[in-house]
Amino acid sequence: MPEREDEWTGLMRLAVSGDDAAYHRLLKAVTPVLRAAARRGLARSGQPVDQSEDIVQDILLAVHLKRHTWDADAPFGPWLFAIARNKLIDALRRRGRRVFVNIDDFAETIPSEPVAETAPANEVAAQLQSLPVRQREVLQSIAVDSASIKDTATKFAMSEGAVRVALHRGLASLTARLRER
Amino acid sequence: METDQLIRTLAADNAHRARPVGFVLALALLAAAPVSLVMFFAALGVRPDVMTAMHNPFFDLKFLVTLALAISAIAVSLHLSRPEAVLRGWAWLLVIPIGLLAVGIACEMMLPQRLPMMTRLVGSNSRVCMTAIPLLSLPLLAAALIGLRHGAPNRPALAGALAGMLSAGLAATLYAAQCTDDSPLFVATWYTIATAMVAAIGALAGSRMLRF
Repeated sequence: MPEREDEWTGLMRLAVSGDDAAYHRLLKAVTPVLRAAARRGLARSGQPVDQSEDIVQDILLAVHLKRHTWDADAPFGPWLFAIARNKLIDALRRRGRRVFVNIDDFAETIPSEPVAETAPANEVAAQLQSLPVRQREVLQSIAVDSASIKDTATKFAMSEGAVRVALHRGLASLTARLRER
Repeated sequence: METDQLIRTLAADNAHRARPVGFVLALALLAAAPVSLVMFFAALGVRPDVMTAMHNPFFDLKFLVTLALAISAIAVSLHLSRPEAVLRGWAWLLVIPIGLLAVGIACEMMLPQRLPMMTRLVGSNSRVCMTAIPLLSLPLLAAALIGLRHGAPNRPALAGALAGMLSAGLAATLYAAQCTDDSPLFVATWYTIATAMVAAIGALAGSRMLRF
């Protein structure tokens, strides 16, 4: 699906140049594709497909924290699928299977809408509880209470810069904890 | 946490800009280099006849080979720090130091030699070579792994092996200034074994440290 991937590449270029809305749109656009691939991977290794949401979140975090390794002159699709494949294999292995994931699993995936039988993700939320208090508060304020960086700064009497630092550190340590579990 | 909430949080962090992997790797290596330098001067030091040795092309060739190894391994490891990268099309860079050595061996074969081939190959301090190169490379290997952790290598063990090769190349460049065996046969044998040892350590460490 080259048009779809061209659109992603365009959005990612905007995101890198500082367009937060484009980045938000990009992540929204790739999520159904990642979800469908995760479900397919789970199904193929004989595991319950409703566990896909934890894998999707795992992939999104890796995409976010490793996006500086994407070359803005290269198409975004192959980079995304390489990250996703890596995370999916990891997740399936952790669930006790050695698996082979084909790269085409992603490229040819039809986006799947959120379906009723998808269990809510709980791994990120669980690791969130183990973060240092400041990072956890900032993450919860932005993620759960939908507060902006500015509002979060006011709420905790912090500078916006300090909120940004806590937010990024929180996401990074969350990812590290998920990897080491 | 809902996936939509996570996405909103990630978008809020979009302003954060990470440094390129090459920058972080360079910084880490620069920080570790003094440690290896101090180890080198404390335990070994430059050989006393270095001024005369410099006129021997086979002495100079050692630096060419070890630096070629370090630079090629740095280039390949940076390439592999992108998740979609494959080794194909890049592996030939690692053949450059081997090619330089092969040319050196061929040249030495064509020149009249005072010592028989096996004596030149075995040399006089192979044990020092095989101890010094791995030890001098350890601080650099740690730095290379820290630098490459910043990337997203799809094959962590391979990236770790390259971290080992690049640090062995840099360590061997130091060690070559002390080493009195200048025959390319010696270099091809003992430097290679030492590099392989460090590459194996790197692969082992990389398979744990470089997963993302």
